[in-house]
Amino acid sequence: MATGVQRTVSAVSVRGLTRRFDDGAGSSRAVIEDLDLDIEPGRFVALLGASGCGKSTLLRILADLDKDVTGEVTVARRRAVGFQAPRLMPWKKVWRNVVLGLPGKPDRERAVAALTEVGLAHRVDVWPKVLSGGEAQRAALARALVREPDLLLLDEPFSALDALTRITARGLVEELWQRHRCAVLLVTHDVEEALALADRVLVMQDGRIGYDAPVELDRPRDVTDPEFQRLRVELLARLGVH
Amino acid sequence: MTTTPERTRVPAPPSAVDTETLSSQSGGRAGRVPRWLLKTISPIVLIALWQVLSSVGVLDDDTLASPATVVETAAGMWRDGSLQSAVGTSVLRVLAGLAFGVVAAVVLATVAGLFRRGEDAIDAPMQMLRTVPVIGLIPLLIIWFGIGETPKIVLVGLAVTFPLYINLFAGIRNVDSGLVEASRTLGLGWFGQVRHVILPSAMPNFLTGLRYSLGTAWLALVFGETINATSGIGYEMNKAREFFATDVIIVCLVLYAILGLVADLIVRILERGLLSWRPAFSGR
Repeated sequence: MATGVQRTVSAVSVRGLTRRFDDGAGSSRAVIEDLDLDIEPGRFVALLGASGCGKSTLLRILADLDKDVTGEVTVARRRAVGFQAPRLMPWKKVWRNVVLGLPGKPDRERAVAALTEVGLAHRVDVWPKVLSGGEAQRAALARALVREPDLLLLDEPFSALDALTRITARGLVEELWQRHRCAVLLVTHDVEEALALADRVLVMQDGRIGYDAPVELDRPRDVTDPEFQRLRVELLARLGVH
Repeated sequence: MTTTPERTRVPAPPSAVDTETLSSQSGGRAGRVPRWLLKTISPIVLIALWQVLSSVGVLDDDTLASPATVVETAAGMWRDGSLQSAVGTSVLRVLAGLAFGVVAAVVLATVAGLFRRGEDAIDAPMQMLRTVPVIGLIPLLIIWFGIGETPKIVLVGLAVTFPLYINLFAGIRNVDSGLVEASRTLGLGWFGQVRHVILPSAMPNFLTGLRYSLGTAWLALVFGETINATSGIGYEMNKAREFFATDVIIVCLVLYAILGLVADLIVRILERGLLSWRPAFSGR
């Protein structure tokens, strides 16, 4: 999958992607089958789908964590991933977590700058376990953005947060995206979250992108906007919820 | 158009309820005896009882020397230097065995833990050998290495290797795969993953294994020294046996206990330093 470096007009370009899982009985089931997808640079795309539809599998493939695939996958070389759990190394202070994996010596100033951006300037020198759930997720976001990615892959990053923290975290992600202008692929099961953040909404069905529509609402988005509500009802119908 | 929904009758709230006051920390507890003092009472009572039984002649000195005699003997051994030289010899034996055992366990567990081929080659024989009681190897060790320092150090080394290997191997294999995955997305290569994720995450298991193996190290030393030794705590004990010197035997047992406690304390201090990131650890 990792081919040479080329300049492309897409942050993500997928052609004929298929991923099969053995079901134990000798046969295999395709979770993703012949999927095509393009994401332009700088776009915020939300990927919705019922649970088990393969949306997280797709994200893992784009993150190069799952290589057992057929088809053609091209992704931005500079990419970062935010998981459902923060996945910070508990034995490293927060700032060391943020710059972990960057070339050269751990650059404290760079870490502090990134942490300040997510509002964690006061948490630079603590152990990750001291952080609250929302703070840990923000630290993980700082760790992703410090890499200056062209593509940010987010796998339900807000789902483990409480309702109030989730709203703040969403606002933060939108703000950071507007500043960094990277392409974002946000996997979520929350229709309102998708509509609050994304320029484009995808729904995954039967192993493919079954629905693909732009969201042309002004930012910041207003939940009470009738157009917002219309899209919400349409997406819920697409997802089989009435 | 307004409709008045039919209202269900809600009973009026009670005007008063019975209450009780739960917290009044002040007073009451202030005059109590502190817990540590309470804990020291029963050992002191036991030693006092032992002294009384010895003084009235229920326990004669050939069965069990009295605490007063034991203290006197210890002081005497200190003055003539035999106590210090015995402790010095024994501690050196444990340290040498520990050094060999720790190096062997770390190398074997790291290779077996990180590589599947390594596991195939190392883990099965290790799992088989660990069921052999180390003490049972003494006759073989004497045949192989004679009766000098070598068999004792090898015995301690073996006693350290197995528990440490088992714990460290399990620690390496129980690394949170989510963290390894995250480190891959951060661009860490294989060496980076081992250094920043796998080894630190196995550290708690390593220290647990170390603490356990220190216990088995002393045990192995006691056995090693009671057979064919010409110096060390075990030798003093053996010599004392021939003269029914129960006071010296007790002094030696107390020395073993103190050294074991010191070893445990050292590992606790290591844990405090190395595992301060753990929330379960309240390092105060």
